[in-house]
Amino acid sequence: MEETCNMQEIVKPENLVYKKSSLLLDKTFTYCPGCGHGTVTRILAELIEELGLQKQTVGVSPVGCSVLLYAFMDIDFQQAAHGRAPAVATGIKRLLPDRFVFTYQGDGDLAAIGTSETIHACNRGENILIIYINNGIYGMTGGQMAPTTIPGMKSSTSPRGRNVQTMGYPLKITDIAATLPGTYYVTRQSVHTPAAVRKTKKAMRRAMEYQSLNRGLCFIEIVSNCPSGWKMTPVESIKWMEENMLPYYPLGDLKTPAGENTNQ
Amino acid sequence: MERELKLMKGNEAMAEAAIRAGVDGYFGYPITPQSEIMEYLMKTDSFSRSGMVTLQAESEIAAINMVYGGAGCGKKVMTSSSSPGISLKQEGISYMAGAELPCLIVNVARGGPGLGTIQPAQADYFQSVKGGGHGDYHLMVLAPASVQEMADFVELGFDLAFKYRNPVLVLSDGAIGQMMEKVYLNPQKPRSPETEPWATVGKGSRAKSNIITSVDLDPDSQERFNLKLVEKYDLIKQHEVRFEEYLCTDADYLFVAYGTSARICKKSVQIARSIGIKAGLLRPITLFPFPSAKINELAGRVKGILSVEMSAGQMVEDVALAVNGQKPVKHFGRMGGIVATPEEVVEKLKIFFTEQN
Ligand SMILES: Cc1ncc(C[n+]2csc(CCOP(=O)(O)OP(=O)(O)O)c2C)c(N)n1
Ligand code: SF4
Repeated sequence: MEETCNMQEIVKPENLVYKKSSLLLDKTFTYCPGCGHGTVTRILAELIEELGLQKQTVGVSPVGCSVLLYAFMDIDFQQAAHGRAPAVATGIKRLLPDRFVFTYQGDGDLAAIGTSETIHACNRGENILIIYINNGIYGMTGGQMAPTTIPGMKSSTSPRGRNVQTMGYPLKITDIAATLPGTYYVTRQSVHTPAAVRKTKKAMRRAMEYQSLNRGLCFIEIVSNCPSGWKMTPVESIKWMEENMLPYYPLGDLKTPAGENTNQ
Repeated sequence: MERELKLMKGNEAMAEAAIRAGVDGYFGYPITPQSEIMEYLMKTDSFSRSGMVTLQAESEIAAINMVYGGAGCGKKVMTSSSSPGISLKQEGISYMAGAELPCLIVNVARGGPGLGTIQPAQADYFQSVKGGGHGDYHLMVLAPASVQEMADFVELGFDLAFKYRNPVLVLSDGAIGQMMEKVYLNPQKPRSPETEPWATVGKGSRAKSNIITSVDLDPDSQERFNLKLVEKYDLIKQHEVRFEEYLCTDADYLFVAYGTSARICKKSVQIARSIGIKAGLLRPITLFPFPSAKINELAGRVKGILSVEMSAGQMVEDVALAVNGQKPVKHFGRMGGIVATPEEVVEKLKIFFTEQN
């Protein structure tokens, strides 16, 4: 049997498969084509809208490719110094305890220069959400090695591949976050396939809902790609990520609220 | 309502004044000689008294960024530290100047460079008034010379900070922070429930969202912003200069000194006058804006000027600029945590000026 759908059918609300979140402003994303940042930014805007949080949200953008996150989304925002977003978010949340407060940070920002702020915000159990984009590289500054660059991976400051003997090992900071008593929900996701996007959105929704419980910090790592920094096409970068990053950074929940089954 | 009279350390007076002024938050990290500020806020439980949040951060870097976050919400937020810790805060201070955020930063200064000493010093003058962090900016800098001023400058500091949307630094030192004096304290004020129109408190029913940021990748608009800051600093220079004159009207010789050094010099003025040398003291209360016009005017009337600081000679550069070659300007300073005696200062005055004549 052959099914066809004419234009009148397609535009019916019940057939709507995708629409732009009203929270996304008409400013063009500064992300490169095919970069995971764009997908995560969109999911975030959709969720703030769907959960009706726009009026009470204060976001904190980092230094990195998402430095201008505040320009894309119609919510109140603070732009933090490199790595300091969790401290800035702490200040906001402590003074406005009933607001929804999140940070959005890259791996250089969160796991190198901001390690201290990250660990201590987690350990104090600040009631904030940290969204952590791990693309294994410093995107904004042109593809230097990050604390998360995997062994053997090439970057502009590890041109022959990361040598762990001299350059040390990749930091799995999300695993550390999960061991700290102050975190409530810690998960590692990705946005490289439609199924992964749906899982990430579900995980992020949970994390956002948890904030009103005041039970601690929620931490979402998103393993992502950086076609520009990795010097690959978007499609190649996805394949490379699946084959090389995901074995090192396996996806799934690392810590779930006691008594809750969050297997997705 | 009556002001309450108490005997307190400078650091404690500042903490008590902060609670009473309705300050919303304090973020700090321990360092001698100012740890009493956070200890006092915790001991008297600022939160139960006024709802004032006090949080011990993991570092001065974190503390100043917590201040950034709170200040961005339009709240009255402060931090305090001493010299090495203030160095760590400079990144955040530059960001706050760039984002035009009001806040109060207190430096109960000690001797340096490096870890230096825990004894009082005035060696952070350049860092305080010339910028300190990166970029073209100024803080407003208040220099207390008594426990009373440690208390009073909390409210004054926040008034100025919010009036100009600019960070205010209180440049104190270990002597003022640690000594005990009588202090009159204001009655408790409630914390303000109002928010600033620019504050990020959630978009609420506003038509536009509020953004706190210091980044501008377009050179033209970044320069426009720099020019706006220059205008703001000019306005501050016009309207906010504060100083104290002590026996300057008939003075032949002028001391210029702030904070602890000003207290010493007041005594030196008396000693000098008792031996027939007509000395006077100009005490800058604001170090930025600096009382340059006043010093320039006084320079026309005196024979010589002695800048006295607990440093190798920092403020003296601004004094010399203000005097503009009219009269000789000399510097005298002890360092390393040593406070000059009033007699020592008079001896220097004699060596520099009166004995040659
Ligand atoms: C104090 C400071 N040091 C260095 C930089 C330069 N810098 C800007 S972004 C960045 C790294 C960004 O990498 P990451 O956090 O992984 O984010 P991405 O750009 O990959 O999203 C660096 C080192 C800076 N802005 N400030
Ligand atoms: S440089 Fe990399 S991380 Fe940054 S926007 Fe481009 S692809 Fe994405």
